Amino acid sequence: MKKLFAILLVACMAVSLCACSSNGGSDDAADVKGEGVMTYAEYMAAPLDSEVTVETYVQAKESWWDNKATIYTQDKEGAYFLYDLPISEEDYNKLTPGTKIKVTGYKTEYSSQIEIIDATFEIEEGSYIAPAFDATSILGTDEIKNHMTQLVTIKGLTIEASDANGAPFLYNWDGSGSDGDHVYFTASLNGQSYSFNVRTYLCGPETEVYKAATTLNVGDVVDVECYLYYYTDQPQPRVISITKK
Amino acid sequence: MRKITSILMCLVLMIGLLTGCHGSQGIPEFTVPEGFDESKPIELTFWAKNDTNKAQTDIYYAAIDSFQKLYPNITVNMRLYTDYGRIYNDVITNISTNTTPNVCITYPDHIATYMTGAGTVVPLDQLFTNSAYGFDGFSLKYDGPSQSEMVPQFLKECMIGSSTYAIPFMRSTEALYINQTYVEKLGYTVPDVVTWDWIWEVSEAATEKNPDGTFKLNGQNVMIPFIYKSTDNMMIQMLKQMGAGYSTADGEIQIFNDETKGILYDVAEHVGSGAFSTFKISSYPANFLNAGQCLFAVDSTAGATWMGSDAPLLDIAPENLVEFTTVVRPIPQIDPENPQMISQGPSICIFNKSDPQVVLASWLFAQYLLTNEVQIAYAETEGYVPVTTKAQKADEYREYLARAGEDNNQHYRVKIDASKLLIDNVSNTFTTPVFNGSTSLRDAAGQLIESVAKSVRRGETIDEAYMTKLYDNTSALYRLDQISQGAGQAAAGSEDLGPLPTPAVTLIAVLAVAWVGIAVFYFADQAKKKKQKA
Repeated sequence: MKKLFAILLVACMAVSLCACSSNGGSDDAADVKGEGVMTYAEYMAAPLDSEVTVETYVQAKESWWDNKATIYTQDKEGAYFLYDLPISEEDYNKLTPGTKIKVTGYKTEYSSQIEIIDATFEIEEGSYIAPAFDATSILGTDEIKNHMTQLVTIKGLTIEASDANGAPFLYNWDGSGSDGDHVYFTASLNGQSYSFNVRTYLCGPETEVYKAATTLNVGDVVDVECYLYYYTDQPQPRVISITKK
Repeated sequence: MRKITSILMCLVLMIGLLTGCHGSQGIPEFTVPEGFDESKPIELTFWAKNDTNKAQTDIYYAAIDSFQKLYPNITVNMRLYTDYGRIYNDVITNISTNTTPNVCITYPDHIATYMTGAGTVVPLDQLFTNSAYGFDGFSLKYDGPSQSEMVPQFLKECMIGSSTYAIPFMRSTEALYINQTYVEKLGYTVPDVVTWDWIWEVSEAATEKNPDGTFKLNGQNVMIPFIYKSTDNMMIQMLKQMGAGYSTADGEIQIFNDETKGILYDVAEHVGSGAFSTFKISSYPANFLNAGQCLFAVDSTAGATWMGSDAPLLDIAPENLVEFTTVVRPIPQIDPENPQMISQGPSICIFNKSDPQVVLASWLFAQYLLTNEVQIAYAETEGYVPVTTKAQKADEYREYLARAGEDNNQHYRVKIDASKLLIDNVSNTFTTPVFNGSTSLRDAAGQLIESVAKSVRRGETIDEAYMTKLYDNTSALYRLDQISQGAGQAAAGSEDLGPLPTPAVTLIAVLAVAWVGIAVFYFADQAKKKKQKA
């Protein structure tokens, strides 16, 4: 009886481990793609303006507006930026982090950001949350572009003044906004300065990261988690968490 | 029997009350009060739009501060927007809950939609002419313009039907920003007025490549010779220049015509060759222009501070900036002898509230934005033009224009050239008819170009079958087939309001049945009494 009990326990543990692996990003097994679905490498190799079909997992989403939403997605190989995905509010609410979706749309490049536009999608079985890639050591190098759109972490940044008046952050890129607008801040690593932003469509004024960004001080040392958005060939990271050291 | 009569009477009364309230939202029509009560604290909400430009928001804040000093009982709370579409969406959402702002920067097209909520937007004509608080009124605490000092074309743009529902705040038009250095390198000379034929020819010439795949003109991997920012404006202006249909004043949709098709075939040809693209497809024209990857950028004159090697505002890395000479011209024309260009820019409307004192306070603030102090300062932030001749003729503004090119900030030459372009062409500007649905038509006009451009890039065939499908899809997507003729007059409150909605028809039917019931009862009762007497 004890033997049987032990076997059952082991079996239960094994089942539990499997369950964890499908939701924590710790599974090294590559995604098995469905019929007619591109791998990440095939997607990246596809020419601009061509039709692409990918299976990917929702990681974050911007606010729904005018029957559209911009969605940050990732599979185990790379990330896919779904710009202005046509979607009803009801379907939008179904896209929780981890949700697997099959997306068909057109690959395009807008100001150096690779994205999928004019897409349709369907929800599939499966879930995956991508772990943040530590990009600290490659910040400022060409290599970082290989991680476009991915969730990355950058550690040990020092907050610098964002304008000539010494402001630690600005509402809108030039300070033309007010509370509730996008927040921009500058931070340095190894003597190089970089611009970061908290985009209200992604993380609104009620979120912890927005509050953290608007209480930054020059000289603060922080770790950030951000989606690696690109604009005019420069990373323009969209921050979703700030941890003060 | 008397009980039944009472019930029927009550029913009729209730129906009468319900139908009588419908559409008024409980706010009485605004009439100008005899005086402004300066002892009563009033809080105003002002939804303002800026071009993501700190100088502009600073001017708004300064204007509010100065105004509040003049009228200490009024507090103005500003909410900043950078997108007209967002303001429009938020206003629509707030109309249903009676939580619209008091004063709002807007487009006349949008006002036509706001006005579907009856009594929502205040008609301003009675305020304009009020001797105490109207233009140049004797009770005003500031030196505002008289009505005759408002530029007539700009004020007329704010009329819907026979009433004026907004005041212009700033005006701009579109300009063609040209990399003259590259045009001359190709062997061409920039004319005073560029034609469409000329711009397509030069754009095609700029697509020539070296054997290694780089472009001959700039030696780079990227060259999009001609980029248009607002394709809705592109379509609207081309149709106007051709004398072709867009819409009638009362909302008849005319855009799906042969001239439109001709424009779309031209767009298809030049997208196919790589000579032309749009902002929605490729991003901001200024970024490509400044990186030496574009010869012709069409954008608002209010975007002039981003254009050129010396532009005070830059959105690309400094190492990507290329040195060249920028010249400003009117948008391309079909007939250079008779140029035509759009008039655009922010206007201000006032929303109705139950307290006339609040509405009057809103008007006082809106009118304050027309003073020289605000007009000149704001116009100088971009290639805008003040909407009053009072400001345009002011020494301060004339001096500002005369100092073009003295520096690359306040007197940035390209910015002032853009303002002068509009000042010199006010009589050549036009606007499109405003009616409930005109916003959708404008969106559709741009979408036609965007759709064709995308289709070409995706290798689709552009032929008659494609055009037929495109017209059908665009009409359905923007519900242009549902815009009734007469929408313009309906928005302005004239007699032609179209067919009655179903609930109204139902209520009228119930009323009729009730009256018939009363009549039947009455005659039956009379007959019964006669019988009893007999």
